[in-house]
Amino acid sequence: MRIEERVEALWAAAIAGDEYTAADVVLAALDAGVPMESVLLDVVAPVQARAGREWAANRITVAQEHTATAVNDRVLAILAHHPSAGTHIGSSGGRGRVVVACVDGEWHAFPARLLAEVLRLRGWRVDYLGAQVPTPHLIAHLHRAAPDAVALSSSLAVRLPAAHTAITACQSTGAPVLAGGAAFGPDGRYARLLGADAWAPDARAAADLLAQGLRPHRPEDGPPHLPGHEYTVLTERAPDLVRNVMADLARRVPEMAGYTSEQRNRTAEDVAHIVEFLRAALYVADPDLFTSFTGWMTGVLTSRGVPAGALSAGLQTIAGRLPDLPQAREMLERAQAALRAGTR
Amino acid sequence: MVGKDAPYPILDVTAAGVVERLNDAAQELLTGASPGVPLARAAPAWLAQAHRAVASGRARPGAGPAHGPVGDRVFEAHPLHADADRVVWWLLDVTGHRRAAEALRTEREWTGFLVEASRELTSSLNLDRCLEAAARLAARHLADAALVIMPMAGRRHRVTACDPRGRIVREDLGVDVRTVPGLDGALRAFPPAPARWIDPARAPGWVLREEFGAIGSAVVMALPGHGLPAGALVLLRRRRQQGFAPREAVFARLFAAWAGAAISVARLYTEQAAITETLMAELLPPVELRVNGAEVAARYRPAGVAELVGGDFYDVHPAAGSGREALVVLGDVAGKGLEAAVLTGKIRNTLHALLPMADDHHRVLERLNDVLLTRENPTRFVTLVLASVAPSGPRVALRITSAGHPAPLILRNDGRVEAVEAAGTLIGLIDSITSSTQEVLLDPGETCLLYSDGIIEARGGPCGDELFGEERLCEKLRHCAGMPADAVAERVQMLASQWVGGGEHDDMAIVAISAPRGERT
Repeated sequence: MRIEERVEALWAAAIAGDEYTAADVVLAALDAGVPMESVLLDVVAPVQARAGREWAANRITVAQEHTATAVNDRVLAILAHHPSAGTHIGSSGGRGRVVVACVDGEWHAFPARLLAEVLRLRGWRVDYLGAQVPTPHLIAHLHRAAPDAVALSSSLAVRLPAAHTAITACQSTGAPVLAGGAAFGPDGRYARLLGADAWAPDARAAADLLAQGLRPHRPEDGPPHLPGHEYTVLTERAPDLVRNVMADLARRVPEMAGYTSEQRNRTAEDVAHIVEFLRAALYVADPDLFTSFTGWMTGVLTSRGVPAGALSAGLQTIAGRLPDLPQAREMLERAQAALRAGTR
Repeated sequence: MVGKDAPYPILDVTAAGVVERLNDAAQELLTGASPGVPLARAAPAWLAQAHRAVASGRARPGAGPAHGPVGDRVFEAHPLHADADRVVWWLLDVTGHRRAAEALRTEREWTGFLVEASRELTSSLNLDRCLEAAARLAARHLADAALVIMPMAGRRHRVTACDPRGRIVREDLGVDVRTVPGLDGALRAFPPAPARWIDPARAPGWVLREEFGAIGSAVVMALPGHGLPAGALVLLRRRRQQGFAPREAVFARLFAAWAGAAISVARLYTEQAAITETLMAELLPPVELRVNGAEVAARYRPAGVAELVGGDFYDVHPAAGSGREALVVLGDVAGKGLEAAVLTGKIRNTLHALLPMADDHHRVLERLNDVLLTRENPTRFVTLVLASVAPSGPRVALRITSAGHPAPLILRNDGRVEAVEAAGTLIGLIDSITSSTQEVLLDPGETCLLYSDGIIEARGGPCGDELFGEERLCEKLRHCAGMPADAVAERVQMLASQWVGGGEHDDMAIVAISAPRGERT
């Protein structure tokens, strides 16, 4: 059976919430001689990535997406107890010790969990701390464990300020930091900007980098990144901004009068989401971060029947409330220009 | 000659390198020089070399004046005039300047060492890391190799060794420290004993390690901790001469004080963390939550960001009472933090003891009420939910009783969300309590959600000041229809946590009980 067929079979079981069939698929792959690492990264990982894409395109519900994740989590637990993983998991971790954690506020634990399993397979002793680890807990753990490296995962760019805190805090205990996950940009540019000692695009590359050994971080590696002034201002103002923008939108968009309270709540959450990404873009001073977010959001909204103009109206309204933040306005304008180019 | 009486030595030297003329000062400095003598014979080699370079036009422009020793002083040689026939040299005594520059460089090296030492010693609270840093810094800056030896613990001494190549070896050794003169004293005495130089040839093999190579001298120093000796440092040097240079002695003492303080802090932290971990293990929520016939999943998040436990708690008892029922408990003690957590531990223990009567929820609550009322601090009360769980064919049968706690929610397969009306009084405040028990049947795929008020009282949202509220919770749950217990619990915790964002919140606890779908036959 080809790998693609196994992916397809696991996908079907995962969105159906059928963990027994899902387990059968991966166990059959192992029986057929597919190496454990390949089952993890070439069968399970693509299914998890697909769940996110299918949700964004409105082809599955949020319940199906969460169900698929829960099934994949069970699949990982089953694989971890499989004999072909056991020889490594029981070992002393001859390569050394690695802490794997998601940054505070980051809920997408799956990529970090996959990495943890791959590293165990490759002979590391792994402390997997899971999703949204508060930085004080992470640091307390590092002081006790004194690992050779910390692998920090973050999927959403809005977690970059929290990621920066976590990276700096880990390094202050002497542990080098490997950053990974979509939040750090497709080329890892935000990982470098925020001072991570290494960046990897996927679990295999991360495991390879760790095998080479990370150099302990040193202060002379460069001064820490400082977020711009507009980030600070926008952070303080965010709740008021959302409230004001909602009021402006009610005047600009007459249909909003007929919204149910659920629709109104959802709109407010969308506006808050946009502002969060704008803050993240200001934090790393990169308009591309915001533009790629609005591009993704357009896809999410249009696949759910929200007219293309709604997002643009939202961006315009937000810009109107930020006369004193030129950087933020420029980011909003560039995003709108990209939206216009996209709809044409 | 011009400048005969000048205070600086001046020499005229031919292009061929023969001294032609020299003034009095030059004569006084270079006693063997006189007209007609080759410069190479009369002056140090560095000056003769500089002359050849200038005379042949090979001197590098902008390279600065040549300099070097003459006797016990240092001179710079400036070619004042040079043509095809000869060069006029002025010699400038720069001994004072050079010595000051050299002293500054040494001083900078020591300062650099202290900066590095302070950074490396204080960055980690991990004891082994700290010991490694101390050994490495000592070997790099004060000696060729170094050992850090801890006071005895469990009949052994932890010894951290750094060899001349910077490699670290850590061992727990059952050695007699009295075989090294001064070491026993350094590990015991407070205030610290002075440094003691020893004959390395007489040191035992665990001190004079093979990988250290030839060692000519060694010194034992105490590492003073906070009011107690933190350990001892043995510095091993290749050179045979004993004793520190005056500046070195100051820095060695400073370093020993810093290293001792850092080791003592790391050791205290490590001991405290181990104690906390042991005590906390009793209070942490359980992880294994599989119950016969039902899927159970839980999430927990204490209020304080640095805390691991709080006033919310839950527990799962696989078999309680006479039947095949399991008992799931979720509760909330008034108050927050460690003090509240300690009370949750007592309540969990009490409930554990009351399991045999779990067939009758009211009786369990009455007994718990009696126990809490006899406590010395009557302001501490608890609200809780008891849910007995039993399989009923493919379905799951629940008996639910609430004692002053938010009503559990039932998530049906069609997306309906129902509150379980099982109201009762809270526990631990008044003598006589009331309660009512409701029975609920879950079809495969349906979920019962127990949660603490930290979820619905979460304040935040897009505008920052709204309550999450029961209505919103129900609304969000509708979209979770058909999800497994773990996914429901995760979703609810995620939504409530995102709602508060970075703001403050109360303890949050969630337990989801589901009737599994597609159970394998």
